[in-house]
Amino acid sequence: MGVLALVLVGAAAASEERPTLEELERELICPTCNTTLAMSSSPIADRMRVFIRSRIAAGDTKSEIKAKLVDEFGEEVLAAPPARGFNVLAWALPMVFAAVAAIALAFLARRWRREEDEPIEPDPSTNGRAPLDPELERRLDEELARFEA
Amino acid sequence: MAGRVKLLSQAAAVSVVALLLALLGWQVAAEANVRSLADRLEAGESPEAPGFEVPLLNGEGSISLASLRGKAVVVNFWASWCEPCKEEAPRLEAAWKRYRDRGVVVLGIDAQDFRGDARGFVARYGITYPIVHDGPGATLGRYGVTGFPETWFVGRNGRLVGARIQGPVSEEELVQGIERALEATS
Repeated sequence: MGVLALVLVGAAAASEERPTLEELERELICPTCNTTLAMSSSPIADRMRVFIRSRIAAGDTKSEIKAKLVDEFGEEVLAAPPARGFNVLAWALPMVFAAVAAIALAFLARRWRREEDEPIEPDPSTNGRAPLDPELERRLDEELARFEA
Repeated sequence: MAGRVKLLSQAAAVSVVALLLALLGWQVAAEANVRSLADRLEAGESPEAPGFEVPLLNGEGSISLASLRGKAVVVNFWASWCEPCKEEAPRLEAAWKRYRDRGVVVLGIDAQDFRGDARGFVARYGITYPIVHDGPGATLGRYGVTGFPETWFVGRNGRLVGARIQGPVSEEELVQGIERALEATS
């Protein structure tokens, strides 16, 4: 687990220092078509790709490139809104929903397990089957008595 | 206890669905309102021009539509990457030079564009009328702009007049729109 965390942190740091066009295309929005740059072939998307390539070549970090694009096009250019102000809701609500769903699932699972664990007392008179209708049982007893006689 | 939890869960789910429906309704109503602006203009009405305040492309302050009250305003939405915008730029510049002494302002709103590219466009086409830069394109939604270029005419009274011009504006359309904007005083 610790090794996995180290690998992930290392990959994130490398991505921040040496971003690629492909990953930035997935993290940025084309202003005219409201899709990610990766999905857009509009003139402004092509122009933004040229800009990103030039900034990568100039040695900018991912944050620096994004900051420059935000300065030009506003925060709407980011596919994921920054986690501050009202935008915090966009990050917090899914986590709150996930937590509520996990608690509800745990509650239900506990209830189902308790129901399963409760022993069902077998009724020796029915041999585990549903009890017979009393009238039918009386007639059966009479028939058996007649047969034995 | 279990019944109460179930009831609360159902109430929460219904609330979330109601909230989403309300958001959808609000969005549809907002879009219908923008459409009606163009529709009302086409029907011969003269709706109030949506206000805005946008920074100048040259970085020297900003311009609001309210500050131009009393003048006839040609509002032209454009971007440097837009091919038809190159075609109409000389016509807008000519109209600005011809009419500015009569109280006409040609205002270019450069939207969804790099500032540097827009400045290059302005220099290349010798544009001298004021240009504002709306990078995020916040003004586009207010006017229901669907593509570049697009031109609107605002009368001296602050109301939209004439026709919305989608695509490169012709000299004739400019003259007609400007004359109507100059006449609209009350």
